[in-house]
This record gives sequence, structure tokens and C-alpha cells, in this order.
Amino acid sequence: MATILVHVMPKPEILDPQGKAVGAALPRLGFDGIAQVRQGKRFELTVDGEVTDAVLADVRTAAETLLSNPVIEDVVEVTVMAEEHA
Amino acid sequence: MTARIGVVTFPGTLDDRDASRAVRLAGAEAVPLWHNDADLKEVDAIVLPGGFSYGDYLRAGAIARFAPIMDKVVDAAHGGMPVLGICNGFQVLTEVHLLPGSMIKNEHLHFICRDQVLRVENAETAWTAEYREGEEIVIPLKNQDGQYVADEKTLDMLEAEGRVAFRYVGWNPNGSRRDIAGITNERGNVVGLMPHPEHAVEAGFGPDSRESGRTGVDGLAFFTSAIKNLLATA
Repeated sequence: MATILVHVMPKPEILDPQGKAVGAALPRLGFDGIAQVRQGKRFELTVDGEVTDAVLADVRTAAETLLSNPVIEDVVEVTVMAEEHA
Repeated sequence: MTARIGVVTFPGTLDDRDASRAVRLAGAEAVPLWHNDADLKEVDAIVLPGGFSYGDYLRAGAIARFAPIMDKVVDAAHGGMPVLGICNGFQVLTEVHLLPGSMIKNEHLHFICRDQVLRVENAETAWTAEYREGEEIVIPLKNQDGQYVADEKTLDMLEAEGRVAFRYVGWNPNGSRRDIAGITNERGNVVGLMPHPEHAVEAGFGPDSRESGRTGVDGLAFFTSAIKNLLATA
């Protein structure tokens, strides 16, 4: 068993209302000096067997068709999670 | 001939009953369509109603677009069948690429529920032919993810081709680009909008009108437009 991480972020040019709200809340708690917050999604896909190039290619396709909407989001990273964290 | 208008129910759809009622009040037969049946039951037009299909998980409309019925809806839409997506239904239509752009969270992050003034920008679609271009109508708006976004090129294309079907008037309630409330495809048979015409079809239950409270029925012409369109092409 191995786990593949997929990170999806709102496109830079798309306003991120959730990130903006989090950014506005931080100074209220005393966390100053954070200029901007953008909020995305992290998916953990656990696969049976080894992560081959074919498996990774499949996951990339899934990331681009279901996990993200290319109109508003980018798939910024598809990586295999290190064993000790899995 | 009585037109048969299908109303699709996904898990989490809320406004299928209201949409069916609107279809009947407009004079057509409402045909319930189930997300898991790849069967359009010989309907003449389709409404994808509002709600929170699949709990809005992942993104609004993102999972519903892969429901078995959607392959049939897409085929029918490409064949020219009138398809109307309301609120969550509009989100499904963008996710399945029948309409361009997408909806993200309202700019102010609040769920919003209000009677909203819209201007009919395109009165030549299958769902708007009974309106006049430039006519202002009042129908309810209620959503969390209603901010219409698309890249500038797409927005310019929509404007140039007259495919902005509705615009918010007086106040942009969610930060939508260029005040866009609804759009249509190139052919004019597929229309999607965030506000809810099916909630403004019967006196006593609709928005306030100029005359008196709760008597607004400005949404009814969506459905009568589709019926007239079907009779004209039958």
C-alpha cells in the first residue's frame, strides 16, 4: 500500500474568498505579518500495490478531471507520500 | 400535445418538487428523472433543479456531473434539447462543460437568500423567448457558491456572442464577474442561472410584486418559453 498526495489550489487569478476570510481572522488572534492566505485542498489516495508510472499517470488524470476544475483550480502537486508518514 | 419536461433528482437535490410544480403550472407534464437511471423517459426538455447534490462535496456539482443520467443529458443537449440548470443545476452544467465558467463561494462568504432583480439580456433562448430583451424580473436567489467566474477571454466571448442571458440589477449579490446571473450556450437551448425561477410561479408563494406581497410570478415564463419552443419545433 502506498499513498499519493494531490494538492489542488485555486488559480492565482481567481479570488479565494475562504483564504481571504482566514487571512482576515489571523490578526484578530495576534498573528501579525501574514500578508496573504490562499486555501486549497489536499487529497490522499491510497493505492494497492506499487506506485508505477502508470498509476501516477492515472492519478494525474483523475486529479485533472474530478479532483480539480481547470476553470478555477490548478493541480499544483502529485507526489508519493514518504513511507514513514503513510 | 402536452410537452414532457423532465426534472432530475440527485441525492441532495432540494428543489425538484418546486421545479415539477412550475412545469405543471406552465402547462406541461413534469416527468421525474432519477440520477442513477440512464433513461430520459422520452422527455422533450430537462430541468436540473437546485439543492446540494452530493452535499456539494468536492465542488458544487462536481460529483453529480458523473451521474449516469448526465451522459444522456449531455447527448440530448448536444442534439438541441432545451436544458435549464437552476442554481446547483447551473453548477452541474458548468462542471459537465455544457456551459463555460464556474461558480465559487460568494465574495462575502455568506449564504444569501433574497428576492433579486435580474435583467433579461437574451430573450431568444429556449428558456427566455417569452420575455422581452431588457425586461427586469424579480425571482428569489439563495446560494452559498454563486460567484460566477471565467477568464477574461471567455467573458468577452460570452458578451460578444450575446450569451449573457441574465444580469443582476441594482446590486451584485455574490461578486459574479460582470454581474452575470445566467448564461446560455451558443445554440440557445442550454441555459443556466443561479436565481430560482421555479420559486416565482404562483401567487401566494412568490416574491413581492409591485402590486402586492408574495404575488410575483416572473419565473413562470422560463417554463412557458420552453413549452412554446417545443410546440414550435414539434
